[in-house]
Amino acid sequence: MIHFLTHDTEDNVGVAVVDIEAGADCIGRNLSDNKTLKAHSEEAIPLGHKIALKDFKVGDDVIKYACVIGRISADVKTGHHVHTQNLKTKRWA
Amino acid sequence: MATRKILGYRRENGAVGVRNHVVILPVDDISNAACEAVANNIKGTMAIPHAYGRLQFGEDLELHFRTIIGTGANANVAAVIVIGIEAGWTKKIVDGIAKTGKPVFGFSIEGKGDIRTIADASYKAKEYVQWASELQRTECDLSELYISVKCGESDTTTGLSSCPTVGNVIDKHCADGGTASFGETSELTGAEHIVAAKAANEEVRKEFFAMCEEKALGNVEKLGKKTKFIGCLPPAVAPTKAGLWFMDTSSAAAEAVTLWAASGAVIHLFPTGQGNVIGNPIEPVIKLTGNPKTMSTMSEHIDVDVSKVLQGEMTIDEAGDALLDMIVRTANGRYTAAEALGHREYSMTKLYRSA
Repeated sequence: MIHFLTHDTEDNVGVAVVDIEAGADCIGRNLSDNKTLKAHSEEAIPLGHKIALKDFKVGDDVIKYACVIGRISADVKTGHHVHTQNLKTKRWA
Repeated sequence: MATRKILGYRRENGAVGVRNHVVILPVDDISNAACEAVANNIKGTMAIPHAYGRLQFGEDLELHFRTIIGTGANANVAAVIVIGIEAGWTKKIVDGIAKTGKPVFGFSIEGKGDIRTIADASYKAKEYVQWASELQRTECDLSELYISVKCGESDTTTGLSSCPTVGNVIDKHCADGGTASFGETSELTGAEHIVAAKAANEEVRKEFFAMCEEKALGNVEKLGKKTKFIGCLPPAVAPTKAGLWFMDTSSAAAEAVTLWAASGAVIHLFPTGQGNVIGNPIEPVIKLTGNPKTMSTMSEHIDVDVSKVLQGEMTIDEAGDALLDMIVRTANGRYTAAEALGHREYSMTKLYRSA
């Protein structure tokens, strides 16, 4: 049983593959090298949503699919929910 | 990896097909009725009715001709009856298909009417279907197949499982000397500013781009990790050599697959998240999903279940091999879910209004 996946080794967010409750010890897997990852959820992460795998400061890049998918618009701590409230596109200001 | 073998139909021009259709092909919309009547008379033939074909002009007409000729020329088709309202355009289609060397014969309705045309075409169709039914499958390399890829009803599971599974197959197929094509221009880049202009307000526009950007990244997982694409094709144009090609297509499933079939693709790989049901008359569409909910609610549409990737119980490489196994079985004759369910969507891409 795993809780989240990452696409590539560079990714700094994971994608929940189950509804993750707040305060859960989570097991993840990297799809590119199949290595096991660990994280602790600080808030609920709905299925399909992103969990922070590091502490982010405003302006930091969010990396998924080994690609920058946007920048952080409000500080996010490890284990928190990364979504439209704290992630904005960099390509279309 | 040892080259996988399949049992296919090697056509007169050397191209390898996986189906043996005798199609009754209308040049234009008003010849659909005659084609359907012939297919009803002669069992084992298939009419492919469609909209359009009259008063088209310029690039739109060229694409229409290219789509119909390409459909008849596809290696999944053994022989073709062409029916059009008048002789000129009918001959153009017949001549285009005849370049492959396969049996093709045209009939036109003007000056004769439907009933006599249907009778004449039925005699020919009977001859063709009896000839085609004796053709035998022969051993061919899997790498001889031209495969097209496109996803639909995508969701978060497609980017995580079914699209990278297809990408894994593309890497293996192209490394083996195979030919493949992807498209969906609007899902990639280039049209973003047009869609943005249609957004209701600034907030929606920004949200759209945040999603669009990430969604496109999931989509392009289909292209594999290693494979570089070697060229760009206009819609319904055949690749000229082995490798991965971009084709300029709509992202609408039936329109896009119709164009790939017309470019000669003989098997389509279709990752889906929420459950798209599309099929094509001549190109088998293999569907795969990584979404366990779709597997439980619409399993009759799915050929390959890769939902174990999401549970961490299957690697992308293993999922790719499972899909390759299903490609081989489909090539050898297994009906896809879409074929068994009778999905034969044949949708013309229309560039602008007819005169």
